[in-house]
Amino acid sequence: MPWTRRHLLTLEELSLAEIEQIHATAVAFKRTLTRSVRKVPALRGKTIVNLFLEPSTRTRMAFDMAAKRLSADVISLDGASSSTTKGETLRDTAENIEALQADMIVIRHAAAGSPLYLSRILDIPVINAGDGAHEHPTQGLLDTFTMKERLGSLRKRKVVILGDILFSRVARSNIHALTKLGADVTLVGPSTLVPAWFTEFGVKVSHDLKSALADAEVVMLLRIQHERQAASLFPSLGEYTSMFGLNKTRASWLNPKAIIMHPGPINRGVEIDSELADGERSVILEQVTNGIAVRMAVLYLCAGGQPEAVVAPEDARQLATSR
Amino acid sequence: MSSLWIKRARIIDPAARRDEVGDLFVRDGRVVASLPSAEKKRARSIDGTGLVACPGLVDIHVHFREPGQTHKETIATGARAAAAGGFTTVVCMPNTSPVADNAGTIQLIKDVVARDAVVRVLPTGCITVGMKGQALAPIGSLKRAGVVAITDDGDCVQSNDLMRRAVEYAKMFDLPVMDHCQDHSMTQGAVMNEGVMSTRLGLRGWPNAAEDLIVARNVILAEYTGAHIHCQHISSRFSVDVIRRAKQRGARITAEATPHHLALTEEALATYDTHFKMNPPLRTEADRRALIDGLRDGTLDIIATDHAPHTDYEKDKEFDYAPNGILGLETALPVTLDVLVRQNRFKLPYVVDLMTRRPAQLLGLAGGTLAAGVDADICVFDPDETWRYDAKCGFSKSSNSPWSGQDLRGRVKYTVVGGRVVFENGRINER
Repeated sequence: MPWTRRHLLTLEELSLAEIEQIHATAVAFKRTLTRSVRKVPALRGKTIVNLFLEPSTRTRMAFDMAAKRLSADVISLDGASSSTTKGETLRDTAENIEALQADMIVIRHAAAGSPLYLSRILDIPVINAGDGAHEHPTQGLLDTFTMKERLGSLRKRKVVILGDILFSRVARSNIHALTKLGADVTLVGPSTLVPAWFTEFGVKVSHDLKSALADAEVVMLLRIQHERQAASLFPSLGEYTSMFGLNKTRASWLNPKAIIMHPGPINRGVEIDSELADGERSVILEQVTNGIAVRMAVLYLCAGGQPEAVVAPEDARQLATSR
Repeated sequence: MSSLWIKRARIIDPAARRDEVGDLFVRDGRVVASLPSAEKKRARSIDGTGLVACPGLVDIHVHFREPGQTHKETIATGARAAAAGGFTTVVCMPNTSPVADNAGTIQLIKDVVARDAVVRVLPTGCITVGMKGQALAPIGSLKRAGVVAITDDGDCVQSNDLMRRAVEYAKMFDLPVMDHCQDHSMTQGAVMNEGVMSTRLGLRGWPNAAEDLIVARNVILAEYTGAHIHCQHISSRFSVDVIRRAKQRGARITAEATPHHLALTEEALATYDTHFKMNPPLRTEADRRALIDGLRDGTLDIIATDHAPHTDYEKDKEFDYAPNGILGLETALPVTLDVLVRQNRFKLPYVVDLMTRRPAQLLGLAGGTLAAGVDADICVFDPDETWRYDAKCGFSKSSNSPWSGQDLRGRVKYTVVGGRVVFENGRINER
């Protein structure tokens, strides 16, 4: 099946087959990362603009790195230095970027839905690098990619997402990807941050950490933001940690082979014990590395590349049997 | 002044319980029982075959943006949009720039209306100084200057004590207080209804409880003080229930529903289209059904549009940053006919009543009837004509309508204000 999308806006709209195509393409690109010459010429001559209107470290660097590994030229623009601070509208900013002959735009924005809005204005591909509390599709793709590397097929695997779900785009993208991949997903956190509405998306909601963690094979922690406390969504960081922080005792409730994930940035000592973050079950830094390969795959495919051109035959076979 | 003879129309006059095919006569700006035969020959005649002639529609909730935001709408363009929609009387909200919290601004508005408006445009004043919710505006002076109600529409008065004093004070002048029911502490940053859909879209939710709390507050204050409080644009099913029970006890509480809350739900937001962003937000199907039931049993008193013009470039933004509100005047009649008459089997005269006599009565305005001797404010419409609405070609200065480009059924053919035909067959007759 050929890849047909030009934009990557959400994981909600992707099919299972499309998610697996991206993963298979990422496997191929991940191999190139360990070669002595780590660059491939796939996007030579193309210019990608990273328009980051909200702060980001990991995602922005990973997109930057991914584009350079593909031999694309990259221009990065952040909120503070762009004309949006002078009151320029997003439409005008984006149309100018297109007029400057960019071939693709990667956008991070505080307002949910803005990548969709851009995709309707521009003729060039738009990649969502996080829009408000809506989606962060490449994060969901790299997280599920990392889980598959460690666990194989995710069908019926027990995955717990723990923390501030309500305001998390990472949680939403993971929910859409994981449910399509057949995982058994439970969201855990204080009732104010994990409303029951999420059950409509085919996942469970729990406020009891012990039963939720029991025999889970993946626990994904989300950053707890101080602002939420100011808005009275929970009493204090201390109380959060005492109720929901992942520590050694609680980690012992997990499946012995379970992996611990976090999209970063981490609040050590709040949502996770420092020791666990650095422990052998933690795959937090693998997630970051995989983020390059997955974003290479996304940029490559949305620029018009096809999986068959890069995926090795044995990977393609494995992909077919994993379904 | 010339006379007018509308022939063989279905005349609906809810005040007189009249619904019959017949002729309607106007002489010297007033409705008359008949014309002398000599004058009949000279009268301008309108063939009303297949058309409905009813009192001119009355909308007690519009934003005409003048003074101060005339890039969105002016009293002249808003009044033209009203005429095109069959409205002969509209009541404009005071959240202009500056806000209408003093007699001078009211006089300015009245002067512009007298100069520019093709329909009757009546002002409201603010409840509080600067619409800031902190101190009472000079309500007595506003009344003397000619406001027909006071409201801080768009900015609900948060202090219960200030609201209590406002309604108590306004009662002395028999001046209704209209309230946009929204508890701000529960709606910080909110841009759509709170629930599954907001969870899916990652947008901040505006829970219906934030409306229900203020509606309940207003019921309690209306009963405590004996004053009349009108709840604007009700959107929540629980609010409908609160009002229903208050009315059973005899509270002086009234309420309105907008055509958009009757016709649309939050499902329309799936693509973050800012033409569906308004305050209060579109809610669920259960809420929509409750509003229709509320209109059916009289819990909700009237239809009002909340006509809220914004320019294309203001609406063309990220969903979070776009302003709230949509146009309403030019689509209100066909949309309401569609939802209430065609989909929900309301009787046409009842719907006409919801848009004419009742809103006029609610604020104690003239109009809303076709009784002999009253000012001839008339709407003549074809209930069945289907037409394509293009907001860009409409009469409002703005075009922010979710119905633009759609086929609507029911079309206004003539609008008569004080005996003068101000709108006919798609054209405004300027003064």
